[in-house]
Amino acid sequence: MDHTVRGGLKRRQVLGAMAALPCLASPLSARAEERLGFGELYKSFGVLGLSFSDKVNRLKGQDVSITGFMAPPLKAEAAFFVLSEIPMSLCPFCSSDADWPDNILVVYLARKQTFVQFNAPILVEGVLDLGSWSDPETGFVSQIRLRNASFKTV
Amino acid sequence: MRQLFLALTSATMLAGAASAATVYPLDRATVLVGSPFDFKVEFSKVVKPEDVKVTVNGEAYETVFGKAANFVAEEKGKEDKVLGSALILRDLTIAKAGTYKVDVSAGDEKKTVSWDVYGTAAAPKAKNIIFLLGDGLSVAHRTAARIMSKGMTEGKANGRLAMDDVPPVAFIGTSSTHAIATDSANTMSAYMTGHKSRVNALGVYADRTPASLDDPKVETIAEALRRTTKKSIGIVSTAEVEDATPAALVSHTRSRNDKAEIVGMLYGVKPDVLLGGGSAYFLAKDVPGSKRKDDKDYIALFKEAGYGLAINKTELAAASGSNQDKLLGLFHTGNMDVTLDREFLKKGTVDKFPDQPGLVDMTKAALDKLSKNPDGFFLMVEGASIDKMSHPLDWDRAVVDTIEFDKAIGVARAFAEKNPDTLIVVTGDHTHGVSIIGTVDDEKPGTEMREKVGTYDAAGFPNYEDKNGDGYPDKIDVSRRLFIAANNGPDHYETFRPKLDGPFVPAIKNEKGEYIANEAYKDVPGAVFVQGNIPKDGDSGVHAVDDVVLQAAGPGAEGFRGYMEQSDVYRVLADAFALGAAKK
Repeated sequence: MDHTVRGGLKRRQVLGAMAALPCLASPLSARAEERLGFGELYKSFGVLGLSFSDKVNRLKGQDVSITGFMAPPLKAEAAFFVLSEIPMSLCPFCSSDADWPDNILVVYLARKQTFVQFNAPILVEGVLDLGSWSDPETGFVSQIRLRNASFKTV
Repeated sequence: MRQLFLALTSATMLAGAASAATVYPLDRATVLVGSPFDFKVEFSKVVKPEDVKVTVNGEAYETVFGKAANFVAEEKGKEDKVLGSALILRDLTIAKAGTYKVDVSAGDEKKTVSWDVYGTAAAPKAKNIIFLLGDGLSVAHRTAARIMSKGMTEGKANGRLAMDDVPPVAFIGTSSTHAIATDSANTMSAYMTGHKSRVNALGVYADRTPASLDDPKVETIAEALRRTTKKSIGIVSTAEVEDATPAALVSHTRSRNDKAEIVGMLYGVKPDVLLGGGSAYFLAKDVPGSKRKDDKDYIALFKEAGYGLAINKTELAAASGSNQDKLLGLFHTGNMDVTLDREFLKKGTVDKFPDQPGLVDMTKAALDKLSKNPDGFFLMVEGASIDKMSHPLDWDRAVVDTIEFDKAIGVARAFAEKNPDTLIVVTGDHTHGVSIIGTVDDEKPGTEMREKVGTYDAAGFPNYEDKNGDGYPDKIDVSRRLFIAANNGPDHYETFRPKLDGPFVPAIKNEKGEYIANEAYKDVPGAVFVQGNIPKDGDSGVHAVDDVVLQAAGPGAEGFRGYMEQSDVYRVLADAFALGAAKK
């Protein structure tokens, strides 16, 4: 699965990655995007907050790809969806849209794509964005997200 | 969100269907004398203010209530739909006990309601109350806890749970104002305010307008204690402290999902001890892990208000020994891990939060702090995950948490033995559709797990062991174990086995918004598909409408008797503390 992913380089991504890494004059900058795993998002979890991993901090503003499962959209017309590590039962014991687990990633699509089957893993590519952001339409707050993203089933 | 949306839609439709006005508090409401509450009349159409007549026991309502209500010409629903006119009078109190008949009319719209405003004993019977609430605690949970923890020989239990010696004194009807079915918000709210309400509502009657924070309020027990006594207040839960049950002590909202606002309400009342999970709603929005949408840092605010802070078991133990009398303990960003994961399997989120205290540690710490108040205290202890694990049909986790809840009851009973002026109440807020029907025996021949289920005589006895005497079975995946089954649920796979890799997730939402069986369990050897019997948008097993058992011991316990409405329980609590007579 991993090999397939790294095979397909897109011009936009190459340019994006190069633009985001102007000072890294190394073979790294030739890579389209860095692969990110759900287990790599945080370096620490705590009652007083979570800390992003060094890798996440390093990749801020760059093209990354990550594999996960698409949770059913909060709203059919929402411009974003939630990517989770495992297929989600959307908080099996409560009714609040706010009760997402910590290990999720909010994905803003570059253009609308159809919701895919819940239990099919998808590969998402997009620009990693950090910092508190309230979705103007839904009020959904995220601290980590992909922007200008697209996905495909894998 | 789905439930909230549905609730709001039906609230809107109600106005169109009703021919008569609606009056809050509803007919047959019971009101603690002197307790502030909001009075609201909803007319089913737009009426002229000069046509509105309201009398109380035949007198002009302004005379009895002491002030005039605001007239709202047009209340608006979704998409600005006009719902009708309304009268709203906030924060009125009735100082004299008795029956209050309220007659409302406007043109041909008429409604009469009657309230029972009750007083209490002049002198308190109890100095302290410990209210132990097993969320979703049903009879099957306690039977399973007893068998799993103590064992059984020749049909007789080999030991007794702590709860087994708290006398059962009443059956409690848990139904809500708009349905026979119910949730943890309106049920705990009924216990903690003396007023029944609607699913998802806390400390309010559910009115017809979409806003969740404007509904007619009633007083909560924590507010009553602050108004009339110098007693300390403690709230302990294994859920988020802003979850429905703990929230019910302080909150006023139509929606239990207003968790950020509920944290503000907790801060408003400032329970002296507040222990549980849910720190995500205490953190300002720019902190990763926060679930707030504003910049308020409630950790800092509580600290500034004189609270000590504990964020793990070690700090909780240290805080118990300190002489700081106010304590905020938050041990997880969300709900705390359940006992089976926290203490034994190390699954769930225990790798991220490895040093969480349990309900017993928290109950002890709370009693330690609260008992220093010479005026006494009210402590609510919630075993939250009995319910949170019953929803996903994870009966092993629900039962092990029942054992832990029972140990907290043991701590409370030990306190009451030394402090006999303490009333102990043990109850659930609602039930689940669950029963023990026998055993599953791996030793039976064949590969079909269904054929290994033992019923009637073939059930025999399970072979759990507790060699280390900690009250928990040494392992949950014994060869002959309890077979516990739900009478309802979504499509799922029955594996006949404990879920050792983490809490059960029976169903997953598909692209049509329907919950379908989680295929992760399909290939467990012997797993069988169980067809769901609730609507396909239901994600998990649902609450049952069955009565709950209430048990009580100590001064004031004699007030609980026979069948009682959940709201009647408050009256007994208020009477034990003489809240209708007490003055600070």
